[in-house]
Amino acid sequence: MPELIVVENLRKYFPVAAGNVHAVDDVSFTIDEGETLGLVGESGCGKSTTGRLLIRLIEPTSGRILYRGRDMASMDKQELHGLRKEMQIIFQDPFSSIDPRKSIGETIGKPLEIFGMGRKEREETVDALMEKVGLSPRLYYKYPHELDGGRRQRVGIARALSLSPSFIVCDEPVSALDVSIQSQILNLLQELQETMKLTYLFVSHDLSVVKHISDRIAVMYLGKIVESAPSLDLFRNTLHPYSQALLAAVPIPKLNRKRERFILSGGVPSPINPPTGCRFHTRCPWTMDICSQQEPPLTDRGGGHSVACHKVP
Amino acid sequence: MTMSEKTVPASSGSGGALREKRRSPWWEVWRRLRRNKAAVAGMTVVILLLFVAVFAPLIAPYDPNQTNIKIRLQPPSAEHLMGTDNFGRDMFSRVIYGSRISLYVGFIAVGIGAVFGGILGAVGGYYGGRLDNFIMRCMDVLLAIPQIILAIAIVGALGTSLLNLMIAVGISQLPRYARVVRASTLTVRGQEFVEAAKAIGASDTRIILENILPNCMAPIIVQSTLGVAQAILAAATLSFLGLGIQPPTAEWGSMLSSGRQFLRNAPYLTFFPGVAISIVVLALNIFGDGLRDSLDPKLRQ
Amino acid sequence: MKDTLLEIKDLNVIYKTYEGTVAAVNGVDFALDRGKTLGLVGESGAGKTTTALSIMGLVPSPPGIIQRGRVTFAGQDLLTLPEKDMKKIRGNRISMIFQDPMTSLNPVLSVGLQISEALVAHQNLSEAEAERKAAEMLEKVQIPGARYREYPHEFSGGMRQRVVIAMALACNPRLIIADEPTTALDVTIQAQVLELMRSLKEEFATAMIMITHDLGVVGEVCDDVAVMYAGRIVEMGSLDQIFGNAMHPYTLGLFRCIPDIEEESSTIHPIEGLMPEPLDLPKGCPFHPRCPQCMEVCRQVVPEACEDNGHRVLCHLFGGGERRA
Repeated sequence: MPELIVVENLRKYFPVAAGNVHAVDDVSFTIDEGETLGLVGESGCGKSTTGRLLIRLIEPTSGRILYRGRDMASMDKQELHGLRKEMQIIFQDPFSSIDPRKSIGETIGKPLEIFGMGRKEREETVDALMEKVGLSPRLYYKYPHELDGGRRQRVGIARALSLSPSFIVCDEPVSALDVSIQSQILNLLQELQETMKLTYLFVSHDLSVVKHISDRIAVMYLGKIVESAPSLDLFRNTLHPYSQALLAAVPIPKLNRKRERFILSGGVPSPINPPTGCRFHTRCPWTMDICSQQEPPLTDRGGGHSVACHKVP
Repeated sequence: MTMSEKTVPASSGSGGALREKRRSPWWEVWRRLRRNKAAVAGMTVVILLLFVAVFAPLIAPYDPNQTNIKIRLQPPSAEHLMGTDNFGRDMFSRVIYGSRISLYVGFIAVGIGAVFGGILGAVGGYYGGRLDNFIMRCMDVLLAIPQIILAIAIVGALGTSLLNLMIAVGISQLPRYARVVRASTLTVRGQEFVEAAKAIGASDTRIILENILPNCMAPIIVQSTLGVAQAILAAATLSFLGLGIQPPTAEWGSMLSSGRQFLRNAPYLTFFPGVAISIVVLALNIFGDGLRDSLDPKLRQ
Repeated sequence: MKDTLLEIKDLNVIYKTYEGTVAAVNGVDFALDRGKTLGLVGESGAGKTTTALSIMGLVPSPPGIIQRGRVTFAGQDLLTLPEKDMKKIRGNRISMIFQDPMTSLNPVLSVGLQISEALVAHQNLSEAEAERKAAEMLEKVQIPGARYREYPHEFSGGMRQRVVIAMALACNPRLIIADEPTTALDVTIQAQVLELMRSLKEEFATAMIMITHDLGVVGEVCDDVAVMYAGRIVEMGSLDQIFGNAMHPYTLGLFRCIPDIEEESSTIHPIEGLMPEPLDLPKGCPFHPRCPQCMEVCRQVVPEACEDNGHRVLCHLFGGGERRA
């Protein structure tokens, strides 16, 4: 599969009173056409910021993003506007991501209106979109507060699909939903990926969800990718201590599980003054001298499995 | 297939027929407002007053500017419900006609304040940074001057006329609309649907007009209903000082003003316009309070 | 031999709203033994929190009305207890841990003071004694006692939730109600907090009601599980019974709709349909519109609970001791 998106040395710093928040710090990866890349990590690790950088909702501090081989920084305003048709986003919170003062039909049709589709055609397209995401077109004139979370999330998905994009950033699309609704939305996203040939960047803190939906997974910690591998590989052969801890921390609803307890101490350090060397060394149980002095590079250990750790041979 | 509900057989093109009927969020607001007795009473009074203003010629028994020295300063009677003034004009007719100017001034002045203040506040809040700082510091300067003195200064500079009066009162009210709109813009701006609008390629102007301002309507409307009452008072004050409506035009403020010399002998000359102003202000305040409550989404559940 | 601490019988709570009457809790029955942990599982609107608030006597009224039922705690009926006596129980013998550690602490008081406040109020300790005890409690939740005088904003989310736990445990309560205590936390922090709760529960021999939507969390800390749907407990039993031999179609659905992280390839089977409209609960079994095994009787009649060896299920498929379907 050809590469759809190539990210090189992407950085985003947010200036605050105490210095710079290193939200995304020198991140490189690629997303192939038609695949789902899962981006997993805890709050504040920069995964959502990365998603927003990719679709140009915010400008990077430095680094390059190539879309179908073209550098987004070299595009003019007109081209960037056109890119909106190509890349879309689905948000986490179905309650704040749709405008409470607009009817469902209006919300879904808005992108079409912006790109100049006439009223009649637009309404027909919206009806078709609503059916596609499992919403009855009867709800066209309903307002968001009349719908439950699951159906609101479907509205958000329909809006993202309206311009027939190739690439969608799913920013924690199911974490605000009830469990029984989560699986409906996950299945819908997978179904749409197949029928519409979509490429996803799936951002989530939930490892089981990410594993379920992703072809490849990248684990982020404090603005950096610490491990990335094909999905199954990452779970069979977890290399980075942080990924191991993350995996061990997921509570699993099963009886008599024989899992070693591996509980990290402390919390995530401040992204304003991230630790020197390996950013994980302050919490790592196997930390060595070199870890606090030198930053381990993200290197390929074969089969597309990369890890940034001094300990891993 | 993960259909969350039974989808109606596709009949693309005529989807409209299948849709449930359109119901705006304002309908909900009205439903909640209806339960608030005081607010409904306030609203009824306001509507009644608007009715009086529109149909003044049909209601007023006399020409408000018709002078008749023979019947000057008569106390209220069956013939002249509110008595007559020092030129023998029928006070009842003048109060009726006065409602036209007063309400007109009130609503237009608030309109000026709300529209310009709202835009300034939304622009400042949306873009933030230096522009926001500049706009809000200008508003602070305006706020630092007592409203009535500011209005006097503006009318003084522009000259006395009905339009200038409305502009003066409007400008003097501008900062508070700017402030409330800016405050809610800051909240709305942080919501994901604004980000979503950017992601679908909406321009800043479109976002401000279509997403930000409609979501700031609640504070604007509430501020406006209170503002109309204050604008009427401000206009009355200016007229009272001789800077507003010029005689012989009937206006409640100027009627108060000219009646004050006869306060001892003919108190009804000040009493009735005063009562009229009080009723409007009170009705609008109660209505505004109720409207604020029914617009508050927290009370929706 | 039973040593029942808390018993709830036929609890019914409604909320009167403008739109109509919401039946939040419809005949909830359960008992909790001393020192045990019960997991109350369900999705939003299932009535978990309302049940908890009823125990605490904190159902907001209006709009909430406790229509029927008995809540017996250590032999006392809490629902008929005067507010004055309830205050002595709340925070002292029953305490609560809320979901959001950001808002459940007072930002303008030091964390130590917030812990010692309860001790002064309920245990008649002098301020010096309370301060010593509070520092001790902080150590118990693995926060240095020296941080007594720090304010909530100086702590991270996980630390704050530990402070809340220290507060809840300060008076050595018999029962702790934890309402989604780890939902707002990151997974690695959640693992820390769950571990801590597990060890403290042993140490203090406190009974606990753990409200959560996450079956994984239930598996980590609970002895018994009650699954709620639309204001009813649809299935209840020991952890082994529920995790090993779930019977109610809703419980089964809940297990089947979570992706299995331990399987190489996982398929998920969603529970079709929507959560029931709280204002307009379906007739018969509330789960019937979404139930894959729905029968005619399910549409008409609310099922009776049937129990076998402490495993209770509310479903027409089961009854009379044998499986009908």
